Amino acid sequence: MNIKKVKIALAGNPNTGKTSLFNALTGMNQRVGNYPGITVDKKIGFFQLNDETKVELIDLPGTYSLNPGSLDEEVVLKVLTDDSKDDYPEILIFVADATNLKRNLYFYSQLSDLGIPTILALNMVDLVEKKGIHIDVDLLSKELDTPVVFLNARKGVGIDELKAAITNLKPKKKSCSIDLHKIAPKFLPNIKKAINEDRDYIAWVKAVQKNIPQFIDPKEKENILNTISSLNINVERLKIKETIARYQYVNHILKKVIDHDANEDQTITGKIDKIATHKVMGYVIFFFIMIFLFQAIYSWASIPMDFIDSSFSSFAVYLSNALPEGPLNSLISEGIIPGIGGIVIFIPQIAILFAFISIMEDTGYMSRVVFIMDKLMRKFGMSGKSIVPLMSGMACAVPAIMSTRTISDWKERIITILVTPFITCAARLPVYSIIIAIIIPNETVFGFFNIQGLVLMGMYLLGFLSALLSAAIANKFLKIKASGSFIIEMPSYKIPYYKNIGLDIIEKTKAFIFDAGKIILTLSIVLWVLASYGPNDNVKNASNIVKLEKPELSGVKLNNEIASYKLENSYIGHFGHFIEPAIRPLGYDWKIGIALISSLAAREVFVSTMATIYSVGSSNDSDGLTIIKRMQGEINPNTGKKVYTFAVGWSLLIFYAFAMQCMSTIAIVKRETNSWKWTIVQTVFMTGVAYISSFIVYQILK
Amino acid sequence: MSRTVADLKLGESGYISGFASDDNVLKLLEMGCLPGSEVKLKFNAPFKGPIYISVAGNEMAIRRGVAKNILLLPKE
Repeated sequence: MNIKKVKIALAGNPNTGKTSLFNALTGMNQRVGNYPGITVDKKIGFFQLNDETKVELIDLPGTYSLNPGSLDEEVVLKVLTDDSKDDYPEILIFVADATNLKRNLYFYSQLSDLGIPTILALNMVDLVEKKGIHIDVDLLSKELDTPVVFLNARKGVGIDELKAAITNLKPKKKSCSIDLHKIAPKFLPNIKKAINEDRDYIAWVKAVQKNIPQFIDPKEKENILNTISSLNINVERLKIKETIARYQYVNHILKKVIDHDANEDQTITGKIDKIATHKVMGYVIFFFIMIFLFQAIYSWASIPMDFIDSSFSSFAVYLSNALPEGPLNSLISEGIIPGIGGIVIFIPQIAILFAFISIMEDTGYMSRVVFIMDKLMRKFGMSGKSIVPLMSGMACAVPAIMSTRTISDWKERIITILVTPFITCAARLPVYSIIIAIIIPNETVFGFFNIQGLVLMGMYLLGFLSALLSAAIANKFLKIKASGSFIIEMPSYKIPYYKNIGLDIIEKTKAFIFDAGKIILTLSIVLWVLASYGPNDNVKNASNIVKLEKPELSGVKLNNEIASYKLENSYIGHFGHFIEPAIRPLGYDWKIGIALISSLAAREVFVSTMATIYSVGSSNDSDGLTIIKRMQGEINPNTGKKVYTFAVGWSLLIFYAFAMQCMSTIAIVKRETNSWKWTIVQTVFMTGVAYISSFIVYQILK
Repeated sequence: MSRTVADLKLGESGYISGFASDDNVLKLLEMGCLPGSEVKLKFNAPFKGPIYISVAGNEMAIRRGVAKNILLLPKE
C-alpha cells in the first residue's frame, strides 16, 4: 500500500491555542527548521492521519492579519502566497478562538481568499458555553463554504473530528469574500498586470504592504512600486478600507450564526486581573515570582549542574586513559569533551528559566507583567515587552536577544538588544563565585547575612542597574524615531498545558545548544590548539625542561607543572604576555591575560584556564578549593606581594560584569540587528566601560 | 477637542467614532477596534502607564499615546 504525504499549515491569531493543537497533534514528533532566506524558526511536526496518509504539519507564527509587522509575521505571507515553493501547503487549518469569532474570522477571511482549501477549527469551545455564546456551526460552515470543527485542543477534544474533516476535505470554488475591485478599481487590474498574477488577492497582498516583503523578486518589487507611484496610491489607506470591508462581511455572517447571552464581565480573568494589574499587589506578585525564580536558578539547578560537571570530568579522564597517547587524545579529552561539557552544564539553569517564562506566557500572566512594567521600561527607552528578554538574559543572552523580536518598535528593540548582555548570565556565575571566594571572607554579618552571598547578590544588581543605565544613555543618544506603537492582547487566563510548557523548554534549550553551543565548541577547539602549540620548541620539550629545572617533583605535581609550563610557552601564553602592558593598569598579569582571552569562548572558561595556569591540574582533580587556595597564595615575582589582592579581585569582578566577552552573543547581535554597526558599538561600549571601571576600581582600592 | 479613549474614566464606556490620524489605525482595526464598537476602560497601569481596555469582547492594553488617537462619540 502506498503512503500518501499531505502538507498542512496551521494558521491563526496569537493566543488561540494554535500551538496547543500543534502539540496535541504531533507530540514529540516535531522539529525546528529554517525557512530559506529568512532567519525565522520553522516548526514542523508529523502525524498519521489514517492508514494511508501521513501529514507534515507546519506551525506558522500567530498573527492578526496578512499585514506583517515583523519578520515572523512575514513568514505567513511568504508561505501562503508562493505556490512554487516547497513549503506551500495543500491544506490550511485555521485555528480560531471561539470566544472571539469576529477578530478571528477577519483574519480567516484574508487567508481563505488566498485559495488554499481551508478548515476552520473553533478552539476553546468550553469557554464559549461559559460565556453564554451559541454558535450555529452548520450555518457558519455553509456561509463560509468550509468545514467547521469544534475543538478543545488542551483536552484533546475534537481531534478525531478534525482528522475526519481533513480526510473528507473537498476543494472549494469560491471567489473573494470581499469585492477588491470596488475598493481599488484602477489599482487592482494594474497590479495584476504588473506582476503577471491573475489571482486577485495574491496580487493584492503582495502589493499593499508598507515595506514590500523581502521574499518578493526585485523585478516584481520594482513593478509594484512603479504602479503604486504612477497611480499615486496610499497603500495604508487601501488596507484600512480592506479591513473595514472584511469586518462588514464578518459581522454580516456572525449576525446570523451567533446568539449571545448578555453579561460576560464577571469572568475569572476579570477577577484575577484586579489583583495582577493592581498598582501595589501587581508589583508585589511579580517581585515574589522573581525571587522564587532566582532561588530556583540557584539551588535547584546546582544539583544537576554538579552531576554534569563530574560526569564530563570523569568521562574526559576515562577517554584520556583509554585512547592511545598523542595529539588526538588530548584534542578529545582536553578540547572537545570539556568544550561540550561547558555547554551542557548550562542546560539546567536555562531549562528552569525557560520553564518559568513559558508558564508565565502560557497562563497569560506575562501580558499583565508587560502591562504593569511598560511605563517603567519606557523611561529607559524600552518597552514592557523588554521584560522577557531581560529575564531570559539571566540564563543566556543568546536566546534572550532572539526573544526581542516581539518588540514592534525598532528603537525599543535595539536598546533592549544592546543592554541585555549586561544582565548577569549563567556563565558569569562560576567566575564570580571563584573570585568572591578568594577576596571576600566567608563570614556572617548582622546574624544571618553571608557576606559572600551579599556580594554575589550585589553583582546581579550591578548587572541589572548597568543595563538600565546603559539603556537610558542609549535612549538619549540614539536618533531613531520611536513609533510609540504598543497594542497588546490580554488573553484570558488559562491553566498551563504541560505539552506546551515541556515542548517549549525543549525547543528553546535546543536553540541555545545549537546557536551558542556551536560557537563555544569551535572556540574551545581553537583555544585548545593555541594552548597546545607554541612558536618554539619549549612546548614540545616541556616535560624535559621541567624535569631538569625542578627535579624534586614527581607524579601529579610534576604533570601539573608541565601543563602549566606548556601553557606559558604556547601561542596563547605569548598572547597573554603580549597584552600584559594593556591590562597592567587594571592590576592583571599575563596569566589573567590568558584567562581573559580564553573567556571569549564563554566566560566560565576563566575557571578551568586558571586551574591549568596555576597547575592544580585540569578540572578532574581540583575541587575548586584547591584553585582558590592556590590563587590566594600566588605571589607576584616583581613586587613580592600577593597577586589576588582585594583590588585585583574587584577589578576582575567589574571587568567580567561589563565586558562583552562572549562570541556567541556578538554573533547573535549581528544576526538580529543585521548590522555590523550595532554589533561593534555594543562590543566597544561594553568593553570600554569594563576597562575604565576596572581601572578606576583597581586604582582606588590598590 | 473631541473626546478620546484616553479621556475615559475607570469603568466608563464609550463608542468609537473614528481615528485622529492614520498612526496604528490598521493594527487597531485588526485587533477589533472598529468605529461603532463599545470600548470600556477596565484598568489603568500605575504612573500614567498603558490602559487596559475591552472593545467588543477583545481585551487589550494600549499606551496612552495610542488611546489619544481613538476618537469617541460625544456623550448623550
